[in-house]
Amino acid sequence: MGNYTFQWRQAFRAFPEMLEGALVTLQISILSMLIGVTIAVLLAVGRDAKSRWLRAPATAWVEVARNTPALFQIYMAHFGLGSFGIYLSPYAALLAGIAFNNAGYLCETFRGAMRAIPGTQLRAGRSLGMGQAKAFRLIILPQMFRISFLPTTNQMIWAILMTSLGVTVGLNSDLAGVTQDLNARSFRTFEFFALAAVIYYVIAKAVMLGARLLAARLFRY
Amino acid sequence: MIEIENVHKSFGALQVLKGIDLTVQRGEVVSVIGGSGSGKSTLLTCINGLEPIDKGRIVVDGTEVHARDTDLNKLRRKIGIVFQQFNAFPHLTVLENVTLAPRKVKGMGRKDAEEIAVQQLSHVGLADKLNVYPSRLSGGQQQRMAIARALAMSPDYILFDEVTSALDPQLVGEVLDTLKLLADEGMTMICVTHEMSFARDVSDRVAFFHKGVMAEIGAPDQIFGDPQQEETRQFLSSVR
Repeated sequence: MGNYTFQWRQAFRAFPEMLEGALVTLQISILSMLIGVTIAVLLAVGRDAKSRWLRAPATAWVEVARNTPALFQIYMAHFGLGSFGIYLSPYAALLAGIAFNNAGYLCETFRGAMRAIPGTQLRAGRSLGMGQAKAFRLIILPQMFRISFLPTTNQMIWAILMTSLGVTVGLNSDLAGVTQDLNARSFRTFEFFALAAVIYYVIAKAVMLGARLLAARLFRY
Repeated sequence: MIEIENVHKSFGALQVLKGIDLTVQRGEVVSVIGGSGSGKSTLLTCINGLEPIDKGRIVVDGTEVHARDTDLNKLRRKIGIVFQQFNAFPHLTVLENVTLAPRKVKGMGRKDAEEIAVQQLSHVGLADKLNVYPSRLSGGQQQRMAIARALAMSPDYILFDEVTSALDPQLVGEVLDTLKLLADEGMTMICVTHEMSFARDVSDRVAFFHKGVMAEIGAPDQIFGDPQQEETRQFLSSVR
């Protein structure tokens, strides 16, 4: 590292541009979580369903999402689907890939949480005249979210960091994409990526803090 | 009126109910006693359709519980059940536990539901715990809340499934007092219980279950004072 001269000023000058990228990163990760959580709930119900026609696709989703590289999932969304005439923009492909991945992991997290809720809770709801779906929504779901809250925040952080894979499908508006462009123009690799890493760290920390505040409001029991 | 006719029920190879016949009139309090595994609790969950039956039929106010076209969600509004393990909803306050079903099942407005809930919770002595979460309640308080929750649906019948069995001995009294209060008010109740003095004092009739069969049924004085069956005598001497 002897004769490398750090040029931090150039990196700091690009800071506002990187922050804009950070907003895109945050947006993709939050959207991917919202979609992921929704699908994961459906998958968790499907995996334990009586009908094979619900169980099989849910299981297949979880198997593929968890046991193949996230990079491939994003590649498939962008380049792979193209073979079938479905063209997703880099942004949409990244979002789809991460949401797919989130759903697979969160499904298992949620399933574990549901196992922790005594079956008698559902029976109690049913015996008050609630249908299966209503009892699930009003009684099981809120308890499930509380039990699985910490592992879910884990996945949230993972989602934030996974967005950096967007560069591989040509996304240049998120933090990794912006950083990559700046790097290509200046070859100040260390400075730009170090700064970007700090920003990723701060985003992840801030999201965790937000999640904790949300939990304190939602789970008061 | 609840009419139970020749009800059979098995879990796998295990025959739990072997032809139960029992009719409970409006306003009647029937206690069901018997050893564990005698099928008492199963009968209750069959009455409100939580469990299917293999043979026979159960008719509540003219509606056959296990008929294919019966709307169980609707039927269950008039048959309350209170379980051994309280089953408080831990994520809801006491008040929310009680208003949930009136609001979400009956479609009542929040205000009306809360009015009923406060009334029922006062009834069971929990008026000062409205905004507390169940985890802060004792077992006896949780069970009384569960009773208020069932009452808030204004059911015509309430089934009690060993509601004091999971309680510390010193908390049993407060729950039994609540049941007595309901019985005095004319609520129709079927109580599966191990509390013999309760069965004796409060019931109009006492049924003794033995190995899936109703071995004997009669007035409390007769069952406890002059049991006709050998099994009843043996059971009673074992719990005394």
